[in-house]
Formats: sequence, structure tokens, C-alpha cells
Amino acid sequence: MLQISLWKRILIFGLCLLGIIAALPNAFYTQVEKYNDAAQAIEGGALETTEIKQALDGWIAWMPSNLVNLGLDLRGGAHLLAEVHLSDVYTDRIDAMWPDVRDALREVRAEVGTVRRTDSPVGELHVRISRPENIAQAVESVAELARPLVSLTAVGANDIEVDSEGDRVIIRLTEEEMAATDERTMQQSLEIVRRRVDEVGTREPSIQRQGRDRVIIQVPGIGSAEELKELIGQTAKLTFHPVVRRTSSGLDNPGAGNVIYPSLDEPGQFYVLERTAVVSGDQLTDAQPDFDQNGLPAVTFRFNPAGARKFGDYTAENIGAPFAIVLDGEVISAPTIQDHIPGGSGIITGRFTVEESNRLAVLLRAGALPAGMNFLEERTVGPELGQDSIDAGKVACVIAFAAVLIFMFASYGLFGLFANAALLINLVLIFGALSLIGATLTLPGIAGIVLTIGMAVDANVLVFERIREELNTAKGPARAIERGYERALTAILDANVTTLIAAVILFVMGSGPVRGFSVTLGIGIITSVFTAIFLTRLLVVIWFTWQRPKQISL
Amino acid sequence: MRLKLVPERTDWDFFRFARLAMLVSTALTLLSVLLVFLIGLNFGIDFRGGTTVRTLSSQAVDVGAYRERISPLGLGDVVISEVFDISFGPDEHVASIRFEAQEGDESVAAETVIRLQQALRVLDPEMEFPLVESVGPKVSGELIQKAVIAVLAAIAAVLFYIWVRFEWQFSVGAVAALIHDVVLTLGIFALLQIKFDLAIIAALLTIVGYSLNDTVVLFDRVRENLRRHKKPELMKVLNLSINETLSRTVMTSATTLLALLALFVFGGDVIRSFVFAMIWGVIVGTYSSVFVATNILNRLGVKRDWSKPQKDAGTKFTSDGS
Repeated sequence: MLQISLWKRILIFGLCLLGIIAALPNAFYTQVEKYNDAAQAIEGGALETTEIKQALDGWIAWMPSNLVNLGLDLRGGAHLLAEVHLSDVYTDRIDAMWPDVRDALREVRAEVGTVRRTDSPVGELHVRISRPENIAQAVESVAELARPLVSLTAVGANDIEVDSEGDRVIIRLTEEEMAATDERTMQQSLEIVRRRVDEVGTREPSIQRQGRDRVIIQVPGIGSAEELKELIGQTAKLTFHPVVRRTSSGLDNPGAGNVIYPSLDEPGQFYVLERTAVVSGDQLTDAQPDFDQNGLPAVTFRFNPAGARKFGDYTAENIGAPFAIVLDGEVISAPTIQDHIPGGSGIITGRFTVEESNRLAVLLRAGALPAGMNFLEERTVGPELGQDSIDAGKVACVIAFAAVLIFMFASYGLFGLFANAALLINLVLIFGALSLIGATLTLPGIAGIVLTIGMAVDANVLVFERIREELNTAKGPARAIERGYERALTAILDANVTTLIAAVILFVMGSGPVRGFSVTLGIGIITSVFTAIFLTRLLVVIWFTWQRPKQISL
Repeated sequence: MRLKLVPERTDWDFFRFARLAMLVSTALTLLSVLLVFLIGLNFGIDFRGGTTVRTLSSQAVDVGAYRERISPLGLGDVVISEVFDISFGPDEHVASIRFEAQEGDESVAAETVIRLQQALRVLDPEMEFPLVESVGPKVSGELIQKAVIAVLAAIAAVLFYIWVRFEWQFSVGAVAALIHDVVLTLGIFALLQIKFDLAIIAALLTIVGYSLNDTVVLFDRVRENLRRHKKPELMKVLNLSINETLSRTVMTSATTLLALLALFVFGGDVIRSFVFAMIWGVIVGTYSSVFVATNILNRLGVKRDWSKPQKDAGTKFTSDGS
């Protein structure tokens, strides 16, 4: 009757053993964490210092070393939700198109007359021609600039569409091009943010895209969200422009093809610059914090060969003329070109502090963000608060556990002990599973575990209550146990599936800490069903076949 | 000697109070709705936007002094409250300061937080700010929407599941109990003005899960008893089922409440309102599966002829267990 085949027994105990092994590293959290860091350092080509060796000795190499990640609310750190201004890039794309459009229209100058760029909404380029009767021809020659898109989803689409309105040619990006641009912008933004965060070298930062234009950035161990914002909030677009003139009013009309930018450190000083940059920051190969000849903090940089050539040519041709170094729409400095600069390296001076020059160098090395960002949400958790939460969670867990264990033993005696053993294993399995899938434990996640402790006994309670009932009717304890398990099964499954549905929906719809909670809850449901209907049953069966009691009491 | 929360065999008449229970439940549900609309929920920054700053100082919190320091900053509506927890040492005094999203700010205002911190450090230069959270108005609106959708989706999914596993009457009963629990939880949050934030949504969904868990176990027994006892009237079968599962219902609620109480007392103040919601949910959920779900089932009636299994959606996944 009460028989469980050998392979089933092996499977059940094997799974429990696996869970224990997978959960074990968490009992030695700091050691294993150091071990992992050291192993990673070695893999990255670091030399085996005594410190690294010590760390490697702190854990057994053939054991798994996966840990439960601690969420920001437990470890401390900063969380940001940023929104990328995707339309910034449209403007850049359209601006970059203007020289080509101008050249194309110049070729047909005899027909269309003179051309002039006029103001236009974002993502469009408007060009006025002096002979509107030939607008069709202007449209046609500009349309030749359109290039087909290379992508699976946009077969047959071009990057721009050309239209006319009165005497104006209107060039705008197509929907497909905008979608492709958005995608590129997001990928680039993620990459740049990642590089910048990596430069700071904190542990396990998490940078994830969310939805169409959002990025979630979580960096454990960083002092505050402010620091993080300064690091990733700046576009860090560095450009070098010829200076047209200086002015003291930002409202001046800069004239066609020019822009007006304020000075970074001289209030009230503005520069009129040519819109088209000579070289830009994306052609930098290196940037380092340094000091200028007066001993003030500065940043030195080096261009790649193409950038160096352009920069060299320009400086050779314009000795004596001022040129402006512009960072994110502000003129950092506008030195006069003293000499031809052939090597492609230079220095940026300004009124920097040492930290600022350090940060600027990091930003320049990592590259500019393709578009600006603003921040919709930010959270900073101090490391002490995180530690307090862990401690409080531990205390609560232990007390909850002890209370439930005592309660179960008091209610069901020996069977209560079996349930308690299963409960312990259940907790271990939860940690094992969390480690294996690399889930993140958050404060609500701990609450989820504590709740699971309470609910995990439910399946056992269902079975035990059922056995009690069956003892009154069935013939003999063995039969009662068997029927108890059989009959309680549908209730256990139905009840847990419904809770699992709630957990899954929480996971799909939720975000951040709520997700962490749903993961522990979901795993807890699965492990508690496993321990209740397999493990406790196996324990009961082993005990029963060993003792062969004439009657059992529950 | 075993601990028994309820006698092994009970034959209590739960339907004796059916009318009263329905009356009380309906009244409380309506009252909760009224409270939510009249007083409103005390939304945290997750849902209304704004900033919370937690302060940690070695000196006692003087809310008046804090307010005096902060009000010149012109932050609009500022809520300052002292936080207590048994885990705090004698020289740890914690307060929580919340202010609204500032007019015209689409994103989060960093300077405002820094100004606030500077203003408070005048009172205690050593003051620390272990938690600073800001949510912009754009996100908070979406979060509300998402949360509501999540709760509705959970209810719908479960409704469907029970309909497939049982009969539609069970489904209605379970969901009525479920809505009863969720609404009553919202009601108590409005009444006590406990901070309602994103984590509470998680708690609500757990309540959804727990309440169902209870109801489903009971329904499972009802289904079984309906098959076994074809003659007695539905109410008798329901009452028998409640009595038979009563011991389990009480046991599970007790263990869950034990665990939750430990978390409530020792788990720290950060998740206390979250745990409170769950404790409340367990109590209400247990009550509602016994008194609300079965009552509705009794009123709707259930098809009693289970002898034609091929037409019964409710039996298609179950074994007869004989």
C-alpha cells in the first residue's frame, strides 16, 4: 500500500540535496562574494596577489558559488528611472542632412533659384526656394537623397520623405526611419550608460531598458542617486566649432547656419558659432584628467586618425582665429589657435575642480549620449538602512519559524515534526532556487518568504486533517494515510495554483520590489507543494514501514 | 495532549448567522467604498509623485523644529512624521518627511532635496539621510494605472480558473469574497490613513491569492460532498463542508498569522504597513471564505446532478479518488 519506488525516493532526496548544495553558499555570503570577485578578477587577467589568493581559498572551488543577489533596499545604493529624449536625435539627423540638401538644390539652381533654410518643427527640414513654380523639380532632386532602409521590419521604406508646401520643400523622417532611429538611440544610450557606470567600478550594476524610451539604472554601493545622476545625466557631447563672434546677449540673431551658446564660466558672455562642428567628441580615442601649465585641473584628449587630420587641417588654416570647445551646448573655453596642431591631441582647460576634470574625462572616454535624458524616479538607500532591514528580516524569519515549528508540533505531534522537517527543507529550497536563477532578494521578498513559511504548512495541514478524518472511517492507519494524501491532493493543487496565478500576474505587471516579492512567493508556492506532497509523504512512509504502528494519533 | 484550536468534530450552524453576516459584509463593503471616496487613500509618492526623505539623527525628533526649518523652502504640502521601531537604539531617532512634486517639474528636483538636507543639518550637523526617494508625476500616474490593471487581471484570471475547475456559481462566490477582501482592505487603509504605496499592491494581490486559497479549499470539499450527498439541501452540504474544513482553515490562518505577526513586530518599520495589509487580509479572507463565498453559492444554487460527468466542466480534471 504505502509504497514509494526507489527511484522516486532517490529523486526526492536528490532534489532536496541539490537544493541544499545550491543554497549553501548563502550561508557564507561574504566569503563567497569575495571568492567570486577574485575568480572574476583572475578571469579578467589580474595577477594572483596574496589578497586574491586568500579570497580564492575562502570557498571550495567545485561547489556552486551562486548567491542570492541582494536588492538595493537591502544592500544600499541608487536607483534611477530615466527617460531618453528620442526626438533629440531626429533634430540631429535632420541637421546633418542640410548640407546634402543644399548641395543637391544648388545643382539645379538654374531652375529652382536660391535656397534658404527656414524654421521647422522637430524632425523636419524646411527649405524655401526663390522660384516656387519649379517646386516639383526641387522635390525630385531632394528625393534622390533618400536611401532605402536596411531592416527586416521596414522593407521597401526610405529614410526620408520629401513634400512641398507653397515655396517650401519639406523633408521629414519616415515613420520607419524614426522607429529604427529610436531603436538605435536606445541601444546606444544603454551602452553608454553601462560604460560610464562601469568606469566607476561598482559591483553588479543593473542597466535595463523599460518600455519604449526608458532605462532603469540600479547601482549598489553608490553613495546617492545624485552622484549617479551627475555621472549619467550629462549628455557629454563635445564639439569644436569655429567662433564667429562674441556677444553679451543670448537673444541676438546668430544668422543663418550659426548658433548661439552661453559661456560655461563667464556669466553674461555668449558666443556665436558656426552650427557645423569641425570635429566632435565621437572621434576621441582617449581623455584623461590632467593639469595645465598653471597647475589647474584640465582634461587632455586625443583624436582618432580621421579626427586628428580634420583637427590638424583646420588649425593649420585658421591660425590666429578663435575656436570654441563646446560641451552640451555650453562653451567651456574659446582659445585662439596659436599654431598648427598636427598630432590630434589637445587639452581642455576651464575652471574645473579636480573631481570635475575626473568626471569629464570619464564622460568623454565613455562617449556622448545620443540624446538627453531626464529622470522620472530616483531612490537612494543608505547601506546602514539596508543592513538594518536584513537584520530585522532575519530576526522576523527566525521568530516566525520558531513559532510555526512549535505550533505545528503542538498540534500534530510526530507528524508535526515531519512537517517541520519539510518546512526547513522548504526554506533551503527557496534560497537554493533563488541563487540558481540569480533572482534578487528585496525587502518585500523577505516578507514573501516569511509569508511562505506560514502558508507552506497549509498543504501539510490539509493532508493531516484529511488523515484524521479518514482514520474515523478507513480500515487501519496505512489506508488512512494513503487516502488522506490522495483526497487532499485536488484541494492542495487548486489552492496553490490560484495563488500561483496571483504571483505570476504580480511578476508580469509589477516592477522593482513588487517583482522581487512575486518571485519569492511563486518559488515558495512551488517548493512548498513539492515538500508537502513528496517529502513529508516520503518521511511518513519511511517512518511507517519502519515502525508499523497499529494505530497512529494525529 | 494535542493543541486543538477547534474541536475535532464540529456541527456548528454557520448559516444561522448568514443574514447577519451578509448584512455586515455588505455594510462594511459599502462603508469602505465610501471611506475611500470621502477620506481618500493616503497615497505614497509612488502614486502621487513627490519625494520622501528619511532622517536619522542622534537627537530626539522635534517635528515642530523640523517644520520650522523646512517651511521657508516653500515646498508646498510637507508631511513630517516620526518613525518608531523596536529595533532603533536609544540614540537613533528617525523621521520621515514627504513633500509633493514641485510645480512644473517633469523630472525629479535634486536641488530641492539638497536644500532640504542643508536646512535640517542646521538642527543636527550629523544628521543622516538613509533613504531618499523621488517619483515624478509622469511615472506615478502610470504606476496607479498599472496597479489597478494588475489587480483586475489577477481577479479575472482567477475567475476564469475557478470557472474551468468548478462551476460558474463557485466562480462568482469566490470573486465576490475576493472583492469583499480587497475593498475592505482599501477601506481600512483609508480609515487609518496608512501610507498606500506600490508594496501595498503586492500585499493586495497576496490577499487575492490567500483569500482564494481558502475559498478554493472549501469549494473543493463542497464539490466532493455534493457528489457524496445527493439528497440533503445545498445549505446542509455547504455547512457540512465548512465544518469539515474548519480545523484546517483555522490552523492555516493561525500559522500564517503567527509568521506575519513576527514580521510585523520585528521586521522593521519600512515594511510594516505592507505586513499590516497582509494580516488584515488573512483575517478578512478567512472570514469571507466561510461567510461570504458559501453564502453566495447558497443563493445562486448549484446544479446537483453530478452523474453525467461528460457535461460537467467542473469534474474534468479531478479523479474520483475512490
